Amino acid sequence: MPKAIESTGISKNFGATNALNDISFTVNESDVFGFIGPDGAGKTTLFRIITTLMLPDEGEIKVLGMDCITHYKELRKNIGYMPGRFSLYQDLSVEENLKFYATVFGTTVEENYDLIHDIYSHIEPFKKRLAGKLSGGMKQKLALSCALIHKPKLLVLDEPTTGVDAVSRSEFWDMLGKLRKHNITIIVSTPYMDEAMRCDRVALIQNGNILTIDTPKKIRDGFSSKLYAVKSVQKYKLILALRKYKGTITAYPFGDSVHVTFINDKVEDSFYSFLHSEGISDFEIEESEAGIEDRFLELMEKGNK
Amino acid sequence: MKRFLGFVKKEFLHIFRDYRTLFILFGIPAAQILIFGFAVSTDIKNAGIAILDLSHDEITQQLTDKIISSGFFKKTDNLLHYNDIDNTFKRGKTKAVIIFEKDFGKKLISEGKANLSIIADGSEPNTATLVTNYTMAIVNDFTKSFAGPVPNNSLRINPEVKMFYNPNLKSHYMFVPGVITLILILICALMTSVTITREKEFGTMEVLLVSPLRPIQIILGKVMPYFILSFVNVILIIALSWFVFALPVKGSMLLLLAESMLYILMSLTLGILISTVSSNMQQAIFISLIGLMLPTVLLSGFIFPIENMPKVYDFVSMILPPRYFIVIIKNIMIKGTGLLFIWKETLILTIMTMVFIGLSVRNFKIRLE
Amino acid sequence: MSEEVIYVHNLVKKFGSFTANDSLSFEVYGGEIFGFLGANGAGKTTALRILSGLSKPTSGDVNVAGFDAYRQTEQIKKNIGYMCQKFSLYEDLTVKENIVLYGGIYGMSKALIRERLTELLAKLRFQEYENRIISDLPLGLRQKLAFSVAVLHEPKIVFLDEPTGGVDPITRRQFWEMIYETAERGITVFVTTHYMDEAEYCDRISIMSEGRIVALDTPSNLKKQYNAENVEEVFIKIARPVPS
Repeated sequence: MPKAIESTGISKNFGATNALNDISFTVNESDVFGFIGPDGAGKTTLFRIITTLMLPDEGEIKVLGMDCITHYKELRKNIGYMPGRFSLYQDLSVEENLKFYATVFGTTVEENYDLIHDIYSHIEPFKKRLAGKLSGGMKQKLALSCALIHKPKLLVLDEPTTGVDAVSRSEFWDMLGKLRKHNITIIVSTPYMDEAMRCDRVALIQNGNILTIDTPKKIRDGFSSKLYAVKSVQKYKLILALRKYKGTITAYPFGDSVHVTFINDKVEDSFYSFLHSEGISDFEIEESEAGIEDRFLELMEKGNK
Repeated sequence: MKRFLGFVKKEFLHIFRDYRTLFILFGIPAAQILIFGFAVSTDIKNAGIAILDLSHDEITQQLTDKIISSGFFKKTDNLLHYNDIDNTFKRGKTKAVIIFEKDFGKKLISEGKANLSIIADGSEPNTATLVTNYTMAIVNDFTKSFAGPVPNNSLRINPEVKMFYNPNLKSHYMFVPGVITLILILICALMTSVTITREKEFGTMEVLLVSPLRPIQIILGKVMPYFILSFVNVILIIALSWFVFALPVKGSMLLLLAESMLYILMSLTLGILISTVSSNMQQAIFISLIGLMLPTVLLSGFIFPIENMPKVYDFVSMILPPRYFIVIIKNIMIKGTGLLFIWKETLILTIMTMVFIGLSVRNFKIRLE
Repeated sequence: MSEEVIYVHNLVKKFGSFTANDSLSFEVYGGEIFGFLGANGAGKTTALRILSGLSKPTSGDVNVAGFDAYRQTEQIKKNIGYMCQKFSLYEDLTVKENIVLYGGIYGMSKALIRERLTELLAKLRFQEYENRIISDLPLGLRQKLAFSVAVLHEPKIVFLDEPTGGVDPITRRQFWEMIYETAERGITVFVTTHYMDEAEYCDRISIMSEGRIVALDTPSNLKKQYNAENVEEVFIKIARPVPS
């Protein structure tokens, strides 16, 4: 399978800060590849290197078969980039923004319209409106259309769903899914763990290091302990009690329950009596399947040790 | 009260941690005082004087020597005709011409009075006034100490004072061209410096960089609209000067417009250069406005003639484009000169423009670092 | 039933002809963790600003911490804590300087400030960071500190506007444990967030859409009502993002 991106040993420092540390990965053509990690993990820095906006201190990257340092001119014609903060011209209209990007890349809106049709049709009724007056979700769609308008081979999206509500986020990923059929490779960065499940492959990144790379399913299945979910109405008391209990290895709140791992992967009898003694009478406990966030937390814990 | 003090303390901390603010607070006043002190001088030193001596006798020679050796003047020319006066002013070095009438010495001795004309370059009203006053003082001094057959107290040398180009000695002949020079460079540099840094701040620059657009295209693309709009601006300004201040355009209007557009182009490219060294709009505005304004007002010859300043400032002002444009604009508007006398300044501005463009393209970072 | 700390009845806020808040009514009780959810443009920020005394309603009754939102905004501001995502602490001051500053602004005595400072540093295990400049600290630490500063003066209510944006999952959970602990102390926490799983940590949540409240209940009741596995499903079912 031809590779869209091949990265070997990429490192980048800003003064004393180590932003990226020995990053190596490959992205297959036509895949949707996700970089999942919190702020400061190095996602934006990595993307800027991939899009030839920054030079790595060490290592090399081949994008679409070309070296990103020497062949930047050629690469820039074939990459569609949507940096964070939706870089649109606030005082130009939706239509004007799109036309501008099309022209700059030497094409027209009509030429590749079929590519963006699904996305642009949501905002087309507002095409005369100034970009600055659009809601977050609409800006997202416009920025995506502008990045796609020249039919790039590689689409680079840096945190496209940050700060946007759950409905728009879901719609956005639906749109990305539909782009698959055009054979465009897509790399996306996001702090939202649940979005990882919608990628073909995922790299978990934290503090400039890659914790793991694999398909989301395999990462999730890599969770090394048995996971239990404990529920109670007395949420906070429960967490405190679980932390206190000597059989607990990790206890993390996850929505309406607490995900717990125990020593020896089993629930001892002492567990029940302990909770009662802590004043928690009403609770449920059941085995649970680990999600990708559980795995991420596990890897982070290991990394922090 | 405690709240208030806590807040004040915070403000102090902000200021001391921000080196740029400290610089503004202390550095700029100090610099201003020093510059002002030395640059601002209402004395004249080495003002150029040309002599049109229609008499050529001992007395005119003595008086000429006295004037030249006073330390305020230096002789630029010995003129032969009235017609030469215009040319010598146009060349720019001469600030005043002293004309001794025919048979000056003879008339002074036989009749006890003689006529002297002082014709000053009215395009610099302040200097003109000073020069004429100093000259008249020297002439009076001369008559007092003149040793001759006629008793001193009845000697009369009548100086007739005329202002060339600016008969009524209107001070706005000096100010308005200077203000035009100042405004054009500030506004133009400000416009272009802000437009590029704004793209950097809003993030749209990132996407432009990752596009096929080349730096030179981005730069010229930014300059072009302002260039065209500034053309309209220049016409407006000249029209206003004409109608409101009755400022003439003695020379060629076409030449004036062409030189103005050159100056504007230079200013726009200077703004681009500023933007390549600024990382945000605030810096760009600061450098364009504050960084350009003070030197332009104080050192370009706008208000205070460069000749009156210490030599150091003369050198410094050589890198200031406004210095050259002021000469150009005054020459065309007030003196009516053609390209012949201002080709040097025009060439310098052209070279500056090309240097700015070259440096901008070179500095223009094709990557984010 | 604990006392009402926020009372809102038919709150309307208009900007010209545009109605940002359309007749909102709800109450929040002492010590509650109240989640305020909604799509972008639904009117959350507008309502939040009114509740925190930063702007006045167009019409309706609004009472915060016992003070009227029309005439007593200054008292409101004195009795609440506020933390928003964009800004909370002064980046070029140190941890200690920020705490001392805010303590002073809240009108706390020097002794009390010192006491809370030591407590805070110990609880967050920040002792080594006391004299570090905020911009040097990683995001997660900053957010935790910002929250602590927002409740430094033990206000009745603390408003948190998307406090965990972009923070790593471990820190996010630690943050929420801090919120729990704060609520235990009797401080009401009014929080907006885009993380749907965080909505589950709240005692009750409200969901806004197009200027109106379309749901207000405990997370588990809402899930039953809309036959949903989690709050995200509820949200997607009822909150339509505003097109403009």
